[in-house]
Amino acid sequence: MYYDVIVIGGGHAGCEAALAAARMGMKTLLLTMNLDQIAYMACNPSIGGPAKGHLVREIDALGGEMARAIDRSAIQIRMLNESKGPAVQALRAQADKRLYSWLMKMEMERVPNLHLRQDRVDDLIVEGGRIEGVKVSLGRVYEAGAVVATTGTFLHGRLITGDVIRSGGRAGEGAAHSLSDTYRRLGFQLGRLKTGTPPRVDARTIDFSKTKVQPGSTRPLYFSFAYPDAGILPPENIITRLGPPNPVYPIPPEAEAAMRWRPQLPCYLVYTNPDFHAIVRANLDRAPMFTGVIEGVGPRYCPSIEDKIVRFAEKEAHGLFLEPEGWLTGEVYIQGCNTSLPEDVQWAMVRTIPALRNAELMRIGYAVEYDYVHPMQLKASLETKLVDGLFHAGQLNGTTGYEEAAAQGLIAGINAALYVQGKPPLILGRDEAYIGVLIDDLVTSEITEPYRQMTGRAEFRLLLRQDNADLRLTHHGYRVGLVSRERYEAVEAKRNRVAEELARLERTFLKPREVNEMLVAHGFEPIHDGVQALQFLRRPEATYDLIAKLTPPPIPLTEDEAEQVQIQAKYAGYIEKQLAEVERMRRLEDRLIPDDIDYFSLHGLRKEAREKLDRFRPRTVGQAARIYGVNPADVSVLLVHLERMGKVSVEDD
Amino acid sequence: MAYALDDTIAAIATPIGEGGIGIVRISGPEALSILQRLFRPARARRLESHRLVYGHIVDPETGEVVDEVMTVYMRAPHTYTRQDVVEIHGHGGVAPLRAVLSLVLAAGARLAEPGEMTLRAFLNGRIDLAQAEAVLDVVRARTEAGLQAALRQLGGHLSDDIREARQMLLDVLAHLTALIDFPEDDVPPQDIAPDLERVAAHLERLLATADRGMLLRDGVRVAIVGRPNVGKSSLLNRLLRHDRAIVTDIPGTTRDVLEETLNVRGIPVVVVDTAGIRQTHDVVESIGVERSRAAIAQADLVLFVLDASQPLTDEDHRIAADVEGRPAIVVLNKTDLPRHLHPHDIPFLSQAPRVELSAQRGDGVDRLEEVLFEMVTGGHVMPVHGALVTNPRHKAALQRALDHVRAAQSTYAAGLPADFITIDLHSAVNALGEITGETATEDLLDTIFSRFCIGK
Repeated sequence: MYYDVIVIGGGHAGCEAALAAARMGMKTLLLTMNLDQIAYMACNPSIGGPAKGHLVREIDALGGEMARAIDRSAIQIRMLNESKGPAVQALRAQADKRLYSWLMKMEMERVPNLHLRQDRVDDLIVEGGRIEGVKVSLGRVYEAGAVVATTGTFLHGRLITGDVIRSGGRAGEGAAHSLSDTYRRLGFQLGRLKTGTPPRVDARTIDFSKTKVQPGSTRPLYFSFAYPDAGILPPENIITRLGPPNPVYPIPPEAEAAMRWRPQLPCYLVYTNPDFHAIVRANLDRAPMFTGVIEGVGPRYCPSIEDKIVRFAEKEAHGLFLEPEGWLTGEVYIQGCNTSLPEDVQWAMVRTIPALRNAELMRIGYAVEYDYVHPMQLKASLETKLVDGLFHAGQLNGTTGYEEAAAQGLIAGINAALYVQGKPPLILGRDEAYIGVLIDDLVTSEITEPYRQMTGRAEFRLLLRQDNADLRLTHHGYRVGLVSRERYEAVEAKRNRVAEELARLERTFLKPREVNEMLVAHGFEPIHDGVQALQFLRRPEATYDLIAKLTPPPIPLTEDEAEQVQIQAKYAGYIEKQLAEVERMRRLEDRLIPDDIDYFSLHGLRKEAREKLDRFRPRTVGQAARIYGVNPADVSVLLVHLERMGKVSVEDD
Repeated sequence: MAYALDDTIAAIATPIGEGGIGIVRISGPEALSILQRLFRPARARRLESHRLVYGHIVDPETGEVVDEVMTVYMRAPHTYTRQDVVEIHGHGGVAPLRAVLSLVLAAGARLAEPGEMTLRAFLNGRIDLAQAEAVLDVVRARTEAGLQAALRQLGGHLSDDIREARQMLLDVLAHLTALIDFPEDDVPPQDIAPDLERVAAHLERLLATADRGMLLRDGVRVAIVGRPNVGKSSLLNRLLRHDRAIVTDIPGTTRDVLEETLNVRGIPVVVVDTAGIRQTHDVVESIGVERSRAAIAQADLVLFVLDASQPLTDEDHRIAADVEGRPAIVVLNKTDLPRHLHPHDIPFLSQAPRVELSAQRGDGVDRLEEVLFEMVTGGHVMPVHGALVTNPRHKAALQRALDHVRAAQSTYAAGLPADFITIDLHSAVNALGEITGETATEDLLDTIFSRFCIGK
């Protein structure tokens, strides 16, 4: 049986990959060990946050599914960082995790060309350095034009709680051993990582009166872009159809305002305390993190609670969020409490918290340790350097997070389809998308802990705002065939209207006689001389809403367009600074390094740089410069040699 | 920048001056065979690596002895350039050194470009970029003080200072980034204004050393002008004799000695167009005038020499007009002869200090140096300790870093959100990283995770 594209794994990466390939017209097969666990949120029931929310918006602009799925299944949504600058504002939603999984499966079942099948892939068929297909546990062989592997935490997965170690990729599920061996046999370099998940509590046993309520947004917010003028509206939130929420969750008065535009549940904040810390400390000799049972490296930004208590001994309390795992379920996730301590310790420590004095744990926290394939063995298209037509995405590449996985899955799916179609891959720049930063980081860095996207990793983040993801990326989605013409045109129309309005404000002057009355009415100082409208908008307290009242545009702008005008006008100086930096980077990015360069014959490179460059084999000097361990002096040396090579080859001609 | 790395190059490795020892250095695969062709050891013996041998350099064409020398052959890789290196230590005068170098070049070596030996050392992994730059500064150093500044940089003083500034910036940046990336973790709020001011002051302190640092490296350019026979040449010779420690540049060149460097209280003073000064006879007048104008144009400071034993001439007036508007010192020379000219007789260049001296006897030369030093330093004697910025690239990077910190301060003061502050802080960290050779992202993350307890 032949498929154009075969996707291994049905997690967040696999779903995006399969949907993208199928929507691009490829006959696509998704193989998963368990069809009930499609797009399953194995850890926290939430999507978004700084940089992660940006990824979701970018996925939407490119024609992926994650934004729509969470908009339809969210039980709460908020905008984070509202006071910290437009570029770092980020959406974060709580999901009904079962509903999210269902909706994703339904969408996949709806797409023509997309076939879902439950089986475990045990082997890759590779001939002459090219992927030919896969072999599954029941013995069948599927032939393929391209394969996208998204194996998550399943390769040699090991679940650890205290001294109990089970084989598996997630609680209650098995592991994939033979595929891991296949990778070794093919010559891939594998590593071992660790991540963890907290215990879940029964909501009926929580004293919510001893928690601090964190309500959802009072204004409508969506991950997916909408263009009401073009008839493109946000997707329907399905929660509405489920009736009232599980009555166990109190909705105090301060959370009611958030219910007006959409049904939403709050989250609830509690804190650890000295008793909690004492129990953890007393049991460190039984903590797999410290006894050497866990070999894999865990992420520093998502540490286990025992790790936090040891590393930050002076802190007397750590905040923990109690997050409902769905609209109807009474299971509650304790965010911030990842642990692999033994079960009895988990019970005891959780019960030191006043709100959880009588808590019943429904699931016990555990650590998961798994194989990943070093992403330095990938091209920027996510195709492996060793096997043509084989693409990798998600935790297999050493990343963590649903959003990171989905973003890679989307790009891997797109590039697998383009590969089959004989077209060049889609590679996004660091100045173009967080997805570009993510993938470039993966292929140029030594992954030593699970990689999570953060705004701090993006050097051009003022350009990579969540509000302009559609303006940045829709054209790519349209070009590869994932975005409809109507939507593409709606985005271009938006771009034009924003530009026209900025131009209008530049040639419009506010005259004291005409605007002072209204200014004073809105609490502003009157002006004494004429002021250019654009300049006025740059004043800290001025808003576009006010400008539109002082000098109304011929056609009123949509809310999104108004936001673009305001941001682009107010922060023009900073945006230009970043564009100048982009230019600086481009100069190095444009210097290509010959594929056959022999770093060991280049004089002057330090040993570490030489080895790193040889291992990563960067495509451009820009990439080379970003490899950790290659310092500016090494880059100078490399440039000197490239210059010489250039000269020599010219002389040879 | 496309140097070959594998041929054999040669250069004069020591400052050119009278007396002392001068070294011709040869680097490359042919170094030894070139030596063997030119060198006649006093006692016949094999040339062992890293051993000094006494003998003579002999012109292989004529058999004539060119200089009495010590030579040393150093086999790769334990040499400065990691190639075979030969050094010929001869008499330091210009003429013998040139003669030896010409023979070496005739024997097949190529004349090294300025700094090419250091480039080889760098490319062959012997030294890193910052060290290479410091070495070039050492090579170019014209005075002891300049040399010390470069050596301190080589020893890492500057890097330490810059790293300190960079870590201060990373701390602030880590705090802001933690607030942004982990809004739900309890990262304590903090007023960053004092920290930013501290970094800015630190960078300003470093930058303040740059002008002096570069002065120490490059020197002040001085023209000595005046009509024929006012004693320019004897003044130059007097100044040269007066200053014993002259470290002068012109690495590996054979060009005419058109400049001489004086050491005036630690500051190198480069006297331009010394050839013009010495050609006091049979110069066609128009050439002399052009030449003097060119020298004035090149100089940072002009010493305008008058003959105190004679009244002013038309020519004095004409030259004064050329000097007008430039920093200058009016020197009344020949005070040992009967006086016909006193400072108050001079109607031009009223802003320029007057110094009376006798180049012949040496009276007043101290005073001239004192005036010169004051004019150059503004009378301030800057302490020569701690790190000094001597490299224009470093100065530019420091200046950029400071500009970004200043911009971040005004962004913060204007009440703009945290994100806008981080933009300039990022650029500042990167600018400093260009000097120390460090990249930002991983260091930033390390700082964040070591300082804040973060994560869900």
